[in-house]
This record gives sequence, structure tokens and C-alpha cells, in this order.
Amino acid sequence: MSSNSKRLAEGGRIDRGRPLEFSFDGSKLTGFQGDTLASALLANGVSLVGRSFKYHRPRGIFSAGAEEPNALVTLGTGGRREPNLPATMLELADGMGAESQNRWPSLAFDVQSLNSLFAPFLSAGFYYKTFMGPTRRAWMFYEHFIRKAAGLGKAAIEPDPDRYEVRHAFADVAIVGGGPAGLSAARAAANAGARVALIEQDFEFGGQILSERPGSEAAAWLQAVEAELEGFGDVSLMARTTAVGLYDGNVLGLVERRDDAQAVGQARQAFTILRAGAIVFAGGAIERPLVFSNNDRPGVMLASAVRTYVNRFAVLPGRKAVVATTNDGAWRTAFDLAAAGAQVTLADLRATLAPALQAEASRLGIAVHAGTHIADLRGGRAVMAARLAGAGGETEVDCDLVCVSGGWSPTVHLTSQLGVKPVYREDIDGFVPGPFAAGQFGAGSVVGGFTTAEAIETGHRAGIGAASYCGKTKPVPAALELQSAKLPAAAFRNIPAARGKAFVDIQMDVTAGDIALAHREGYESVEHLKRYTTLGMGTDQGKTSNFPALSAMAALRGATIPETGTTTFRPPYTPVAIGALAGRAIGRHFKPIRRTPMHDWHIANGADMLEVGLWMRPYFYRGAGRDVNEAYVAEMRFVREAAGLMDISTLGKIDVQGPDAATLLDRVYANGFAKLPVGRARYGVMLRDDGIVFDDGTTTRLGEQRFFMTTSTAKAADVTSRLEFLLDTAWRDLRVAVSSVTDEWAAMSVAGPRSRQVLAAAFPALDLSNEALPHMGVIEGEFDGRALRIIRLSYSGERAYEVYVGASAGEAAWGRLVEVGEPFGLRPYGVEALGALRVEKGHVAGPEIDGRTTLDDLGLGRMVGKRSGFVGDVLRRRPALGEPNRQRLVGLKCLEAGKRLSGGAILFKQGQTRQGHGRGRITSVTYSPTLGAYVGLALLAGDVAMGEEVVAVHRMKNEAVRAHVVSPVFLDPEGERLHG
Amino acid sequence: MRRYSALSLLANGLAGHRHWQRAWRAPEPKRSYDVVIVGGGGHGLATAFYLAENHGIRNVAVIEKGYVGGGNVGRNTTVIRSNYLLDGNTQFYEFSMKLWEGLTHALNFNVMFSQRGQIVTAHSADQLDFFGYRANVMRLNGIDAEILSRDDVRRLVPYLDYSDTARFPIHGAIMQRRAGTARHDAVAWGYARAADGHGVDIIQNCEVTGFLREGERIVGIETAKGPIAAGKVGLAVAGHTSVLGHKAGLELPIESHVLQAFVTEPLKPMVDHVVAYGADHFYVSQSDKGGLVFGGNLDGYNSYAQRGNLGVVREVAEAAIALMPCISRVRLLRHWGGVMDMTPDASPIICPTPIDGLYLNGGWCYGGFKATPASGWCFAHTIATGKPHPLNAAYSLDRFRTGRTLDEAGVGPFAWLQ
Amino acid sequence: MLRIDCPCCGPRDHDEFRYGGDASVTRPAHDDSDFEAWYRYVFVRKNPAGAHREHWQHVLGCRQWLIVERDTRNHAIASVALARKPPTKQPPTNKSPARKPSR
Repeated sequence: MSSNSKRLAEGGRIDRGRPLEFSFDGSKLTGFQGDTLASALLANGVSLVGRSFKYHRPRGIFSAGAEEPNALVTLGTGGRREPNLPATMLELADGMGAESQNRWPSLAFDVQSLNSLFAPFLSAGFYYKTFMGPTRRAWMFYEHFIRKAAGLGKAAIEPDPDRYEVRHAFADVAIVGGGPAGLSAARAAANAGARVALIEQDFEFGGQILSERPGSEAAAWLQAVEAELEGFGDVSLMARTTAVGLYDGNVLGLVERRDDAQAVGQARQAFTILRAGAIVFAGGAIERPLVFSNNDRPGVMLASAVRTYVNRFAVLPGRKAVVATTNDGAWRTAFDLAAAGAQVTLADLRATLAPALQAEASRLGIAVHAGTHIADLRGGRAVMAARLAGAGGETEVDCDLVCVSGGWSPTVHLTSQLGVKPVYREDIDGFVPGPFAAGQFGAGSVVGGFTTAEAIETGHRAGIGAASYCGKTKPVPAALELQSAKLPAAAFRNIPAARGKAFVDIQMDVTAGDIALAHREGYESVEHLKRYTTLGMGTDQGKTSNFPALSAMAALRGATIPETGTTTFRPPYTPVAIGALAGRAIGRHFKPIRRTPMHDWHIANGADMLEVGLWMRPYFYRGAGRDVNEAYVAEMRFVREAAGLMDISTLGKIDVQGPDAATLLDRVYANGFAKLPVGRARYGVMLRDDGIVFDDGTTTRLGEQRFFMTTSTAKAADVTSRLEFLLDTAWRDLRVAVSSVTDEWAAMSVAGPRSRQVLAAAFPALDLSNEALPHMGVIEGEFDGRALRIIRLSYSGERAYEVYVGASAGEAAWGRLVEVGEPFGLRPYGVEALGALRVEKGHVAGPEIDGRTTLDDLGLGRMVGKRSGFVGDVLRRRPALGEPNRQRLVGLKCLEAGKRLSGGAILFKQGQTRQGHGRGRITSVTYSPTLGAYVGLALLAGDVAMGEEVVAVHRMKNEAVRAHVVSPVFLDPEGERLHG
Repeated sequence: MRRYSALSLLANGLAGHRHWQRAWRAPEPKRSYDVVIVGGGGHGLATAFYLAENHGIRNVAVIEKGYVGGGNVGRNTTVIRSNYLLDGNTQFYEFSMKLWEGLTHALNFNVMFSQRGQIVTAHSADQLDFFGYRANVMRLNGIDAEILSRDDVRRLVPYLDYSDTARFPIHGAIMQRRAGTARHDAVAWGYARAADGHGVDIIQNCEVTGFLREGERIVGIETAKGPIAAGKVGLAVAGHTSVLGHKAGLELPIESHVLQAFVTEPLKPMVDHVVAYGADHFYVSQSDKGGLVFGGNLDGYNSYAQRGNLGVVREVAEAAIALMPCISRVRLLRHWGGVMDMTPDASPIICPTPIDGLYLNGGWCYGGFKATPASGWCFAHTIATGKPHPLNAAYSLDRFRTGRTLDEAGVGPFAWLQ
Repeated sequence: MLRIDCPCCGPRDHDEFRYGGDASVTRPAHDDSDFEAWYRYVFVRKNPAGAHREHWQHVLGCRQWLIVERDTRNHAIASVALARKPPTKQPPTNKSPARKPSR
């Protein structure tokens, strides 16, 4: 093949002044600016471009659009490798390197084409009937080979190096499709004053007009409308952009390809979320193929696609063409082929043909056969001859190109995605969108207006309607008419049943025989048909096969097409790179971390950081030990023996104000808050409505009507929302406002026997004596010009203070405490030590408050006493929640020297068989430097008594350790360390 | 019912496939059955099969509004596992796993049950400890489970993000090798064909419009094809349980929510396991056809529309790339939604109901597919004997009243909403 | 993508909101000790395939809890109102098209 051997000497919309080098399976080829990869391949005489999914039959370029079933290629290497791209949708670029797929070792000699020999046994659903023996796991053996044979292209396993972005956009009128209908709608809507987004998947606007002969009146029309649209400031002309999904609220998902952008470091694709006031669907129609024997041979193409290649790309795909049609539309292909110098035979299934068409055909020397269809094709890797069958018998015609047209299917995909069932229209023998929702309009072929004139007319009306729906009603000049495009309306027919290997879904290798088999076996609903035969499951989503399959099934069932029904189309309309959907929300932008005001200090001072619910928290400080196990024990010692400093800024903090604030708290906490004196804090537990423990924290009464609540880090957002919910929906009479102030305050805990001395040194102006600030007391002051709040609360069991300071002064306050604390032995500690300290003290936390435990389970029931009227009170009395054998919180002390307890171990009674769920489990463990042993908290069935011995079994660590069941409070049960 | 085998395929292939029988008949409904199952999905068909197979009750009809397998059995991501924590759930799902292991042969229909193993990644020491707890429960209940180190995970699934910049670094994983996937449609069709082979009538395109009563007792159903009397009526219409339950007069603790599923273009083999992301809502496997099949979280509001919202599509895409950066360039082919019955504790309901003659199977939340065989087995037992099987004793309707709930995730009633 | 016309902030994507479930169930008074009433409030749902009154909170906006009337079959939103005020019908807007139920 010589370079551009099939390129016409003149014409087309390509720029012959800008040649582009590209390669296909390593062969260096040349195309032009304005080509698609498909047109450039055709121009270079490349007819074999792929192998089919199942039988590995040779395949050629079939279409000129998104419906392409065959010409799927892989672009790029390494992490940029991208398979399954339709060559028809790839704008040719200099240096483009495309590879064919699903063949080995080469496209021309594909070993798996032997599959064709076994085709009689590879019928639809054959795998359901076999591969079952000889053993129960036999499928695992067969599956390995089936998986290897299936699939199309090969994806990269390296990370994608390119960027994507997500944009948010708004428009009054969004128009899907930039053909004559869409352009006309855009012009009308823009003139009416609407902000318009015109969305076109091609890199040029014009749709079917682009396939008209160069220099035609249509081309002039296109130029005029485009120029007018460019004059509006409020019209976004979005080429290379596909509307892939229609979502609720008139939201469109758009994918814009910027294939040349990656070279300059820009996003290669942009996903736009377009919120539209009104939408005009003007996405045109897709031509249907004809089903006959060997209709998949390279050289068989949709008639309209051939016309596109001839007129738009100046490519003559074949010199001897057979055009087979059921309608008038394909005659234009025959005319244009003949005008371009091809020898053309036309077979029209209809017996009676329009005289005007026949006259033109005769003028161009086209041999016309009425009442004739193609029975079979000869040829392997390229079509060689067509056997025509008609009333007068069969004739064979030599050919290197077969153009087929079985009518047109409007693109009903987007509206169908939203659940609007397409409706069948007899007059066009096709489906159109069901009733449009308010604010949605259709134009052109989508609503069955197949001629250019109809497209312009319906587009104009839809544009006015859509603009008016958005309140934009400026007067609109009359539609720009395009007289020459008024062709006779197309007529449609059902086609005769095919014999032999006649493909309905060319990509998935589904034949007419497969459909008959599905019918025979009772898989006759369209969804069964689809699922049993895999029809429409390919990358083209059955864009060309859907209707032919439906009509075939309807014929087999003896039913009408509406009775047979149609499938639901799913988004996206064309496949979308997952990267485009994520945009920039990848890497560190995926669920961004949260940092406390003291974050930088921790990093600078050797903290090993741990992410907890997106917050970065110090896990341990490397100064305290080489690893976490060494460090946490050392850090516990600082706290127990001197003083420790902990960043607790991640706690949820809620400001609660109003005359009824105390009432609110009294209702949402299980324990009472109404009588909490001003200046005092209290530990509180909240339940869910179903009586299960929800969260715990402390609330401090700062004034009669003002409280400061803290929640666990994990539940901060949920608690705030819950309070707002109760106030907005249930307790509207309560005069309370709640506001999250989590980010406003830095918070740190100073804990340990010397904590008061440290604080006194840090804040000398404050009276921190036990009298002025007793356990559970609060004082307020100022630090660095920011509010300061010190609440005497302890989680560790030591005398401890929570210091809250305005976030911007957090790091300074922390620095001050570290500085003045040093002589007292104050050291920072991390969450591992924090967790260990609370285990020693028997405080419950997340592992125990696991969403299944009650107050009584956690030993907190006594806090509530006989109170009632709080959230969750009634349903916590459900019978099973009070059963004596329920698992409740206990302490465990390891009984075996040299062994340790492990979290997640299952507890068994002595002598109990070690299987099943046991009597409970260990929820939290720590080494206790105070006790010199491993201790743990556990949820253990009520029938295991205090003092009993249990065995903690951790299968995964091969551990079985004896432990004593003890009180969960291992340290200072009287709380002497807290007071004084 | 003629048996399927390699030989039968060969013989039929040579005969041009002209002699295959219907997979199941298309009978007109009789006026009366011993048992009518409403819902021709996986659970309903399995129930009919086991009524006949285990209990000899063959005068059974399955009534389906659309086509069999058109509901969630044909819309899910086909993951099968038995890694449940709570007493009751653990045993039920493991029983189901055992049935899966013999299902192709029990049905003489290749359901392509592929035990390729499920790996759930852990992203902190705490999470890995928690997986240790889960694995302990599984092993102590006779279920296979392994804890994998980061290096183990890397060897098995090299395409995940092990870079220094991984947003949630992988610490390790829990793996169940017996877990895997099956071909969802084949499960529905296999049960339909096998039930039909036992004489069960499968009635498609027949909407149930109401219930026939004698006093308080339900004695049949009203349908688009006329009334059908039944000794017992079983509902297996998860997703739409409230709609039919309401017609029967049941008050139910169920909300319908949409869970989306996604599939990419067919690719050559790449993902050989079921991989679930421990740091967010994302899980993926690769179908035998080559598409990566994946899913995420619920859409988050009551819905009967079998389609999902764009926000969740994007969240799932983000999570997918965070776990598996190479998926960025893979192209999404289709996404769709299934309607789930969500119960307050995210565990199912299989039980007799307060209404005499009416039995309920529903509330499958997002776990229905893997439960299909056990659900059918236990529901058949419950209908046949009037009492729950020990394996579904915990799945009563009154557990919300008594407090004996099975809340695996500990999120509380309808908390996925909040 | 639902578009919820927040009475305070205007039409916004639903992912700015937190869903709060069925708004037709009545929460018993805080001190109501009627078990049945609480059981029904917490657990029993009509779960209609059709018009549904439900709570949404504009968490990334004004933080108000809203009552939205939405069709669960097609997500058409009929009204949006502040939960604190009795709900009122709003005229259909361009942003939330009403659609006939699809089945």
C-alpha cells in the first residue's frame, strides 16, 4: 500500500498543508490535520484493524463515529497505555502510535482465529452448559483459560501520569449535539437571551453537514451559523466534548478531550458537571447495519460513514462498491461514491423506488437492483464479492466496499439513563425518547426529524422553547433555512432473516443464530437476550446492534417491537476514563488530611504521626523510644510520674448557648446536666434513639446560658448535626443555638502529678490552686490576646487540665508549656500512650463504644440512676439489652509471665471448647508499667464472674493466654490522683 | 429436564443448536398452589428449588413482575464471602459459602463460582488488629482466613499503590481464599431451570397486585393474570419489600436505597482477586469477560430508581484511584443502581410474619447475592415447617423490638443516612 | 445529582446536604415513655415508592434542617422548606423539573 493511496486528489475538510506522521502496529503512515485515526488508516488502505472478541475474526473500520464496534486500538505506552479507543473518535495527531488489540502474535496471523473452527460449540451461553466437571473446583481450571481469551485491550498497571480536572458549570440552555439541530437550537436560544452551552463530541461542529460535499450550500450554512454563535458572549461552544451522562436536576456530565494538552502539562481531559436550566437533546441518530451472512468482513461499512469518509476526509475506501439499503438515505452515499469515481452497485430492499433517485443513479452510472438484499459476502481479511438476492434470483458482484444502511436509530440514550422509557414510532421504525420532563426538549433526528431541514426547524423551535423555559424570551429571528437539504423522508422496512454467520452485535460476536438460540431456550425478554448472548455489552454499548436485535427477537416471538420492549441505556454514553471522574481529587487531594495548630511543632520535634479520621496526630515521639512499643511505655511514665503534654485539638467542640441550653443538654445526655453549676464540667454519655451508646465527652458550664461541649474526634460532625436536628425538627420550642467551634480552638492536655506546677509557671496570672480550680472546674483567661480556657479534666487518671486557646495562639501556648514544663519533667506524649493510660484507668473509648454496647454493658448505667426523658431512654429498656448474660466491660490481667494479651483475642472459659464466638473478646490492651503486666479491657459475657480465669485465644498469632477477670479500673480506683 | 454437559453441547453444536429445550417452561398460572413465592429473583427461585429439593413441596409457583433475575441478583457486583463477625451472621454466611461450593453441580448449570480470594486492605496498625479479630472469629468458626503483611499483599496484588505518596498506605490485609465471585445471571437462571425441573411453575410478567384473605389469614395473591390461591405465600422481593409488605398489611423496618455498581471496558486479565479498599468505600473484581466490576457506598437517600447519582460515581472513582492508581486510565463502560432493602441493623429478615400464611424474606441490604443459596435453603425450611431453621433464627422481624439486633458495623438504625 | 433549592442559599447539589430520612414519622416527646411510639419512630418506615417527605440538612451551607418532598421513583422534588417553619408549597422552579412518575 502506498501512502494515502485511497485519498482523493481534492476536497475534504482536511488540511493538506499539514501532514501528520503516525504509526499503526509499527508501520509508519501519514495523514493530515483534520483526519481521524480511522480516516487516515482508510486513506492508507489499511482495511484490517482488529480482531473480534470471541471468534477473532478479522475486522475493519465500520463507522465514522462513537458507535464503532471494530476499530478499537491501544494508544500510549507505560502508564499512558490506553486500550479500546475507537479509531473513529481519535483526532489524528503527529506522532500518534496506535496498536491493534486482541490478537497474537499479530493482527494478520492471529492464533485464536482458530476459535472460528469451534464456533459451532461456542454458541451463546455455551459456558453455562459445560466446564462443570470432573471436580467441584473444575471451573477454577477452565476459568483461567477463558479469562485469558476474553477481554479486549490490555490496560497499564503503572500509575497514570497525566492530569484530569473536574469543572463545575452552569447554563440556561444546554444543547447536546452540534449538528444542524443543535446549532439551530443554539442560535435561537442565544438570540432569545439565554446563556447557552453547545456540546459536540466531534472536533468540529456541523454533524451530518460535515459529510456533505465540499462547497455545498450546507457548508455555507454551517459557516454562517458558527460565525453568528461566536458573536455571542454567552455561548460556550464545547467541541471534543461528549455528554456522557444525564443526572437528576438537569445535570449533565460532560467529558472534554484535550489530547494535545498533556504535552504542556495541562489536564488531558476535563469532566464538566453542567447544571442546566433546560436541555435540548439534539444528538442525532445512528445508522443501523444490515444483518446478513459474513456482514462483519473488513470493507463492510455503514453507508453514512462511507459518505463521511468520501466528503469530509476525501478518502475513497473502495473503488468497487455495493450499497445495500432499506431507505433513501444511503442513495446519497451511492451518488457521492460514484461522483468520486467509484463503480457502484445499489441494492435496495424495496421493490418500488423513487423515480428521482433512480434518475440520478442512472445519470451517475449506478447499477440499481430493486427488491434486492445481500445474501452473503465472499472474502476473508477484505471483502471480495457480494451475493445479491432478489426476486430475479442471485447474482454475485465483485466489490471491495460494502455500504449498508438498515435505517436510523435516534440517540435516546441520555433520556433513557434517567428512566424515561423510549417509545416506538411506527413511521420511522425506531425508538424516540419517551415524554420529555419539564425543561427538556428534543430536536432533529432524536425526535425523528431526519432531514437537515427538519433538524433546523425542530432545533429552532426547541431552542426558543428551552430559552423561554428559563425565562429568556427576547424576540428571535427566523431560522436560517437550508433548502437544498430537503430530501424525501426515509422509508423503512424490516429485513429478511439471515442465515450463516450473520452478526447482529459485531463487537461481541453475537449472531442472528445466537438470538434464535436464546429465543429457543426461553431467554426471550430483551434483558434476558442481552444477558444470555452478551449483546450490547461491548465498548460500543450496542449502539448499532440494539435495534436489529430487538427486531430479530420480535420476529421470533411473533410480537411487535413495542411488545418486545427495549433495554435501559446506562451512563456513560461513551466510555469515560475513571481519572476524569476523579479529577484532581487524587493523591493528597483525596480526602485531604486535617492538621492541628501544633502540627508543625510535632513534626519538628520528632513525632511519628498517625492519621486518625483524617486528622494527623502524634502517635509517639521518637525521643521517648526507638519504636512505638518502647516509646509509649516511657511516655506513660512521664505522665504518671511527672507531667505530660498532649495535643487534643481534634476533639469535637461545640458552643451551646441560649436560655434553654441546660434543658437541651439534660435531654441529649443520658446523665443529668440541668443542675450542673456554672464553672463546672461534667462527663456525659449520649445514646442513640435506639438506646445504644452513641458518644461520650465532657460539657462545661461557662455561664447560666452558655456551655462548652466536647465530643470524641470521630463523632464531632455527627453530634453537631444531631443537636441541630433535634432543635430544628423536634424541640423547636427550645431557645438554643449550637455551633461547631472545633477549628476555632487549639486544645492540649497537661496531665500528671506536676501538671499544676507547669500550668502555674505558664500562666502566672491565673489562680490554679485546688480551691480556685478543683477537679472538674474551669477558669477563663487570656493568652497572647486570645481567649484561654482551662478545664480540669482527666482522661489518664492523673491530675490533669485541658487547656483551650484560640487556634492561632495554639502553637505559642504549646511552646510556652513545653518551655516552662521542662524543669518539671514535662514531655509530650502521643495517642498510643493516651490510649494506654485510659486503658489502665478503665475509661471506655471507640473499641468499647462500638455501636452495639449499652450504658450497662460499659458499666455506666449507674451514672443515669432513675433518670428518664433523655434520648434513647425508652428503647434502652428493650428486653434483650437487659439480659444478664450480655457481654459487659471487664478488665483482664495477664496471668502468664512473659506472655502478652492481644486485642481481638476471643475469650473462652476454662475448659470450654475453643471454637465459635467464645464468651467475649479483648477490645483494648496495654502494657501497664504501674502493674508490670499486660492488662486489657474486654467485653465478656455476664456468666463469667469477676475473679474467674479465662483463656484469650488469638488464632492468627497462635496465642492462648490465661487471664484473670478483674475490675476494668486498674489504677487508683478511688480517684485520689485526680483530686487535691 | 435434559442435563447439560460437554457432550450435550457437542451433540447440539453439531446439530446446529436446534434441539435445545427451553431452560424453563412458560406456563400459565394454575388456580392454586401449595406455596406461592412472590419474586423471581435469586432468593425466590432458590427458595422454590429448595422447597422441592429438600422438602418435596413441588406444587409451587414463583411469580415475577418482570423477567426472572431482573432485580438485584442481576445487578450486583457478584462478590461472595463469609467473613462476618457476629454470632448468627458468621454461621449463616459460611453455610451459604458451602452451598456455593457445590452449586454448579446441584443445579447442573455452571454458575461460574470462582474462588479467587478476597483481599481487604488495612491502612493502620489498629485496622490490621481489628482484621485479626475478624480472622480469629472466622477461624474459630471453621472458616478460612489469613492476615497478610504489606509484602504479602504486594506480591498478590502488585498494581495497588505502594508508593511513598499513597494517601492511605497499605499496612496489610485480611484474606479469605475461598471467597470469590459467581456469574450472577447464571445463578438466577440455574435456580429457575432446576426449580422448573422439579415442577415449579415460573410465571413471568405477572405483577402481584394484592393478597387474598380469609379472615386474618392470607390464602393467595391477586395478580395481573388473576387470583392465585396458595397454602402459604412467601415474599422474596428485596428492594421492594415495603411496597408488597404494605399491600399485605405488614409494618416493616425497611428503607429502600440505591447501591451503584460499575463496570469498565473488557480488559485482558489484570485483577485476579476480589480486592476491597479498607480506607474507603471501593471494591473491585474482574469478570470473566474482562470488565473490572466495582462498587462503593449507597447513594444515601431513599430511592426506588435503579440508577445512581453522580456524586457517588465521583467518590467511587476517587477511591478507586487512591487504591489502584492504574485504574485512572481505564474507562468506565456502564454504571447502574440496584434498589436495596436496608434494615436498621443491616442484617436480613427471614421469618414467619405476624400475618398467618405469609412468610418474609428481605432486608438484604447490600449482602443479598452471597446469601442466595442459604437464604433459599432457610426460607424454604421456614415456609415448609412454619418455623425458622437454626441458621436464620436470628433473622426475625421482632429483633428490633427485643433489641436482639445484629449490627455488624455498629452504625445504628438507618445511620447510613446520617 | 439532586438539586435542592435551599430556602436560605438557593439551588445546590445534594452532596452539600446530609440526608436525615423520613420526615413523616413523628418523634415522641422527649419524656414520652410509650415504648410502641418510640419503636415505631425509630424502626418502622412506610418507605413509599412515590412521594416522600424527608429531612435534609444543608451542612455545607446554612446548616438548616429542611423538609423536602421528593418522589422516590424519579427524584422529582416538589417542595423544599425549612424544618423550623411549617412546609409550604413552592412554585416549580427551572432547577428542579417535575416529571411524571416513570412507572
